[in-house]
Amino acid sequence: MSQKFRLENGGLINRDKKLSFKFNGKTYYGYEGDTLASALIANGVHLIGRSFKYHRPRGFFGAGVDEPYAIVQLYRNNETEPNIKATEQELFEGLEAKSVNCWPSVNFDIGAINNFLKIFLPAGFYYKTFMWPKSFWYRVYEPFIRKAAGLGVASTKHDKERYEHKYEYCDLLIAGSGPSGLASAYAAAKNGARVILAEDKPRFGGSLLTSDVNIGNQSGEDWANSIISELKEMPNVVVKNRSQVFGYYDHNMLVMSEKVSDHLPKTKKHHPKQRLWYIRAKEVLISSGSIERPLVFGNNDTPGVMLSSAAKEYLKVYGVLVGKNPLVFTNNDSGYETAIEFKKNGVNPIILDSRVNPQSEIIDEAINLGIKIKFSHVVVAAQGYKKVSSADIAKISDDKKQLGTIENIKCDCICVSGFWTPTIHLASQSGNKTKFKEEIDAFVPGTSKQKETTLGAANGIFTLEETLKDSFIAGQDLSKKITNNDNKISFPNVVEKKSSQHDKFWCVPLPKGKSYKRFLDFQNDVAVSDIEIALKEGYRSIEHVKRYTTLGMATDQGKTSNLNGLQLVSDIENKVVPAVGHTTFRPPYTPISIGAIVGREVGKHSKPTRKSPMHSWHEKNNAVFVDAGVWLRPRYYKQGSETLFEASKREAKNVRTNVGVCDVTTLGKIDIKGPDAAELLNRVYTNAWLKLPVGKARYGVMLREDGIVMDDGTTTRISENHYHMTTTTAQAANVLSHLEYYLQLVWPELNVNVVSTTEQWAGAAIAGPKSRKLLEKLFPNNDVSNEGLPFMGYMESELFGVKARIFRISFSGELAYEVNVESDNGLFMWEKIIELGQELQVQPYGTEALSTLRIEMGHVAGSELDGRTISYDTSLEGLISKKKDFIGKRSLNREAFTSSDRQKIVGVVPLDKKTSIPEGSHLVKDAQAPLPNKKLGHISASCWSVEHDNPFSLAILKDGKNMIGEKLFVMSPLKNKVIPVEIVSSHYVDPKGERVRS
Amino acid sequence: MLHIKCPHCGMRSQNEFSYGGDASVKRPELNKEISDEEWDNFVYNRKSLRGKHLELWQHLFGCRQWIKVERDTATHEIFNTYKADEEIT
Repeated sequence: MSQKFRLENGGLINRDKKLSFKFNGKTYYGYEGDTLASALIANGVHLIGRSFKYHRPRGFFGAGVDEPYAIVQLYRNNETEPNIKATEQELFEGLEAKSVNCWPSVNFDIGAINNFLKIFLPAGFYYKTFMWPKSFWYRVYEPFIRKAAGLGVASTKHDKERYEHKYEYCDLLIAGSGPSGLASAYAAAKNGARVILAEDKPRFGGSLLTSDVNIGNQSGEDWANSIISELKEMPNVVVKNRSQVFGYYDHNMLVMSEKVSDHLPKTKKHHPKQRLWYIRAKEVLISSGSIERPLVFGNNDTPGVMLSSAAKEYLKVYGVLVGKNPLVFTNNDSGYETAIEFKKNGVNPIILDSRVNPQSEIIDEAINLGIKIKFSHVVVAAQGYKKVSSADIAKISDDKKQLGTIENIKCDCICVSGFWTPTIHLASQSGNKTKFKEEIDAFVPGTSKQKETTLGAANGIFTLEETLKDSFIAGQDLSKKITNNDNKISFPNVVEKKSSQHDKFWCVPLPKGKSYKRFLDFQNDVAVSDIEIALKEGYRSIEHVKRYTTLGMATDQGKTSNLNGLQLVSDIENKVVPAVGHTTFRPPYTPISIGAIVGREVGKHSKPTRKSPMHSWHEKNNAVFVDAGVWLRPRYYKQGSETLFEASKREAKNVRTNVGVCDVTTLGKIDIKGPDAAELLNRVYTNAWLKLPVGKARYGVMLREDGIVMDDGTTTRISENHYHMTTTTAQAANVLSHLEYYLQLVWPELNVNVVSTTEQWAGAAIAGPKSRKLLEKLFPNNDVSNEGLPFMGYMESELFGVKARIFRISFSGELAYEVNVESDNGLFMWEKIIELGQELQVQPYGTEALSTLRIEMGHVAGSELDGRTISYDTSLEGLISKKKDFIGKRSLNREAFTSSDRQKIVGVVPLDKKTSIPEGSHLVKDAQAPLPNKKLGHISASCWSVEHDNPFSLAILKDGKNMIGEKLFVMSPLKNKVIPVEIVSSHYVDPKGERVRS
Repeated sequence: MLHIKCPHCGMRSQNEFSYGGDASVKRPELNKEISDEEWDNFVYNRKSLRGKHLELWQHLFGCRQWIKVERDTATHEIFNTYKADEEIT
């Protein structure tokens, strides 16, 4: 297939490198440096998709970021990505793309029937139609809309590409490398400022690449190239192409998306696909340019109708003709520039200018070249279905209300120019209140809100000379403030053609008897008539009109449609545009891939993984791990073909009969030192702490100020002014912040220091009736008898030459100890325990057995201390001191907390002693009661009691204190279970707590 | 993302800090008889101001100090930051 719309010469593409690609299954050829759009147009392909609502044929409208139509599904390196703009996607060898929103094919699309039903799909159609009957939503409407809607398909595969985040600081961030970006970057860089210059396109230079100007005796393009090469050599400058600054956030932080590899067939090894830059800039220069506005006329969405600037870009950058018989329809001089380019390349365009008798250098040039121009003429409607074949044109009266006789002229494309809209998105995102500039009929940034300055076309300045002057000065002044350098640069001589005033005209009236659709929003199919309906129905706020009609809500976010929509609303409402106002600009400016936002934080990298020093031993011994916060803990140690249930039962049983060892390194540990340490503990915990002797541990419960239990754990007095606090694994970080809060802000007079030592100590819990015997072997030189080391006692010792701390504390309810050694010695300690415990039948146990042991013992943990329970609820009220004040005490006399039927922890046993009770189930009195069945409580934790060999659960039950012996039902609608149960004491094993003291 | 000047460490990004609420709230003294209303005001009732607000932040992934930040809740402008024990004039 030949590229019959490609010019023989010209453009910035590399004609030496031919690339093949596929569109909708058909193979085509383009050149290196093409976009998918330019390559398709070169091959004469103008039908690329179907519109969102009416499935009307869609071609190309722009040549870049503003493109509303040419959205494709891209296939690259065995992956697929939706919502890719063909005008932005660079061509690579083997590229494959398909049309979206059409079925079965773009040429024959069944959904196009909507086009003929369009009278039934006016503004707000979805709101009005799918409201009733309610039951129809799931069965009929939603499946229908799902099938009809969408702009492509997201891949369901894991994205193997790598996305990076980068944090950067700079003096000046410059968004856009057109004339203003280049000039300001150059001036600032020469002053020694650290500059980042970002360009979203592959080529630097912006409008200089397509305009016929001369700067310092060079063409605009050559000048841009020379500035860029100089900037690239400077160590204080970062120059980035394919990088879109898409968001302006608080305190001058901007986010930029760099497409590192999207233009390549395959991402290079060790390269990311995309990189997200978080840039904190001292000053921001917004040189984002402007986007050409469409003119509104009948069937103005037909493929072949496109922005005149895009037609010029396809010509000058890609050497591609968008048509061989072009019509240029303009209200300003920009259309002439496009027509002149056509003419220079041997094509004869016709210009229709809505103005009466405009005069300027550019118009003179067009006349001199012999281009046919019709003043006071407009396009009334485009004709042709899948491609423009002709245009109905007419003379228009000076007041723009009356059309003359309609004449049909042949053409294969209509290039429109309705003047220019400054790209003010970034400025607006920064909080800048924009203002309406009457001369250009558009909004420009107002007073700077953050440290941002908008320059050039983005600021509504459309002459090159003024743009360059402003930008050199801005770059110089802003950098001078930062670097104190004052290197003057000479201002180049600029040659450009002068333009005349544009016409304040943008929408062609409908001819009598015709009901052509005149589109405003090309992607969401919002036409003039839709806005009229919305206004008739009483919508006034532009924000409401936008949402009701979906104007500007497509993936292009109304880059080409917003202002025309505003003009229409202001015309109908007879208001001026600034009174109508514009909708809020929000980041991102262009769609950003989810991968880029997530960055490297996927899978295992989504959070840090903490491992105990004994982790390698657990791995070698068939531990099955479980996530405990960010820690990986052994859940059980699998022997043979054991299941979780079998293994945890074995491990728990072994603790009750012999001795087990559990890795408790993950417990939070806080070192507390200072003369007022005891006083701090006394204020933080609910029980008394002032009289704890040195060498003793005590269990404590701490509350939040609202009286809810925050955490529990033991704290040991190591020496006079030194305590070792333990917290639960989950609350470790919060407890430290909590202590710091009170020490730094509330009671700064307390002389105490706190520091986390969680990672400094490795811990092993040794539990079971034979644990003392094991301890004797581990510490042969210490007296670990019940007298030498009583319950809640503490001892410092050496474990075969290694410094060790021994705590006699128990979570399992058995005779138990916790041994801590410095982390580096953790594995040594663990191996010693296993080695010396062999003859005592020691077995490691994981978190599942640990839970079993504590549940049947009635010891509370996170599932009971769930942020909703007070001490009473968890039977910890015995630890509340009546004598002293502490954090949260004042809340405890709240009415609900003291109510006589307050919830309390109980034990739950199924009547059949067989059926396991799902955690989270509800307790009810009557299983047959009609819904909503009144909930009396919930199951907080369940296990298989190894002591009694039947299921046992803990529950938080209303009036639990008086419910022991009651028969209730456990209901789990999720598991579809109803289990008759008996309420028993939460202390199911050793209710008197004799074992821990034995 | 805010840029907060830690009075101990200098300018840092918001993601090093955690928010701690209204800094003007003062905890009632221990062992002091106070009304339910006063206690409620301390524990629960906050003004949710629009405009200048003195708030607490902790430099969690930094020096771990609690600091006071004077910030506009609508514009996010930060006027000043103070150490926990600094007199605010």
